[in-house]
Amino acid sequence: MTGIVALYIFMLAAFTGYEVISRVPVILHTPLMSGSNFVHGIVLVGAMVALGAAHTPLEKTIGFIGVLLAAGNAVGGYVVTERMLEMFKSSGARAAKKGSH
Amino acid sequence: MGVDFLSRDLLIQVSYFVTAALFILGLKRMSSPVTARSGILWAGAGMLVATVVTFAYPGMTNYPLIGAAVIAGSVLAWWSGKRVAMTDMPQMIALYNGMGGGAAAAIAAVELYRMSMPGAEGGAAEQLGLATSSLAVVGGIIGAVSFSGSAIAFGKLQGLINRSFRFSGQQALNVLILMGAIVLGGLVALQLNASPVFVTSFFVLALILGITMTLPIGGADMPVVISLYNALTGLAVAFEGFVLNNAAMIIAGTVVGSAGTLLTQLMAKAMNRSLGNVLFSGFGDTAGAATGTVTGALKPIEAADVGVMMAFAQKVIVVPGYGMAVAQAQHKIWELCQLLIDRGVTVRFAIHPVAGRMPGHMNVLLAEAGVPYDLIADLDEINAEFDTADVALIIGANDVVNPVARTDKSSPIYGMPILNADKAKNVIVIKRGKGAGFSGIENGLFYLDNTRMLYGDAQKAAAELIQAVKAAG
Repeated sequence: MTGIVALYIFMLAAFTGYEVISRVPVILHTPLMSGSNFVHGIVLVGAMVALGAAHTPLEKTIGFIGVLLAAGNAVGGYVVTERMLEMFKSSGARAAKKGSH
Repeated sequence: MGVDFLSRDLLIQVSYFVTAALFILGLKRMSSPVTARSGILWAGAGMLVATVVTFAYPGMTNYPLIGAAVIAGSVLAWWSGKRVAMTDMPQMIALYNGMGGGAAAAIAAVELYRMSMPGAEGGAAEQLGLATSSLAVVGGIIGAVSFSGSAIAFGKLQGLINRSFRFSGQQALNVLILMGAIVLGGLVALQLNASPVFVTSFFVLALILGITMTLPIGGADMPVVISLYNALTGLAVAFEGFVLNNAAMIIAGTVVGSAGTLLTQLMAKAMNRSLGNVLFSGFGDTAGAATGTVTGALKPIEAADVGVMMAFAQKVIVVPGYGMAVAQAQHKIWELCQLLIDRGVTVRFAIHPVAGRMPGHMNVLLAEAGVPYDLIADLDEINAEFDTADVALIIGANDVVNPVARTDKSSPIYGMPILNADKAKNVIVIKRGKGAGFSGIENGLFYLDNTRMLYGDAQKAAAELIQAVKAAG
């Protein structure tokens, strides 16, 4: 991947993120913040690669901490987002059933 | 060997491509209540694919270490994420977000230390291109700030850190630390003097900066700060993605970076404050000037009287705030409202964009209690309706209903859009004590002629109100 292609990816991804979130109702802001928090848990693959290439004890130690933290970000982010959205689903069903105005 | 390498590389690239697509589709689905739940499943599938194929990355070693770290981190996060109460969600998100920032900083540290030291086999230090080393440094400082800053945000929301640390010259000190980190980072990036000592000092300064930046920020501003650190972590991940030449990290990190920035702006706008204002001026700084403008007395009321008032009302608007979250009162409140609805009272919930500690915090709690969507209204929808409401029931909300924001130019919250609860015929405020809100500003609403104070824990007060409404016959 050349530098300029990376820049194009960066630009297009930035617009994508902006577009995806710009039409979100306030009601979903917290789950969505949590969801995007989960998505940057992809740092896990980078931490794994960094630890996988580590040679010195210092590199291994930092790499280990990095993978540990990244796995926490990914799994924790998933669990709390899933729990929040689970409630939204059931509440939506209840609202549809009651239909009070 | 060559064919194996190529096919493995292709498998990894294709998998990362699929992961990036699943992330974007997942986020898209999360932006509608109907598809939201499937959205996180899609994104989760993407994460699983990316993680599994990364084990096949060419030239990887240290598999036992990697496996141990993945398992340990996952188990700890799974356990804590399942256990945490819904009311404590904001600080958990801050915590997990900080972990991501720390991981991005750790990647930068590994790359920069390797660059600054002779190789393990005694060879010369590895050279990185200037662009690569600069991006590692920038991602490193952002990640480190997000890591220590989120940890402080967690401590504040969890109640481990109770006061805001402010002293004169604090901003100057922060700028000094930032300059120091930039100079050290510049030296490291240019590889003019990339000794390990410089790399270490650079990261220590960046970590300190996150702490000193976050300590003076008040609890009321925490939603904005958490959102900002979420966006920053995304950026740090994207930059480290450039360093590692990893497209999945670049795309996912950038998407989160821009989405998080937009979300941060929306929140700051809802509070009528600029981001710079949130970060660089403590909310409490000017509060002293505003207290003199409020006159009158606080008038207490008994739960029994409130119960009768609501039972015979036409329309009740409930305004929840952080106090409801603290007291875990959402279930009791909904029970109370169901009683009222059964009696033919119109009940609506009014949600201020920044009520609670995160945007939509109140919606999550009300959803947990089972309140249907169509009873919940946001600021623009509901503000015209307060005129027609017999009772506005304020539960642990404060700054978001403070009419001072409309009238008093000297108030720090002047101009912030508020819920016009003061327009209701009767205003009942459930509040634990007589203190000012999180911002430290006196609330003019509490002193109005049509306002009565119902002191006590929100959950206990709601239980008393339920009894009172039942007794009203």
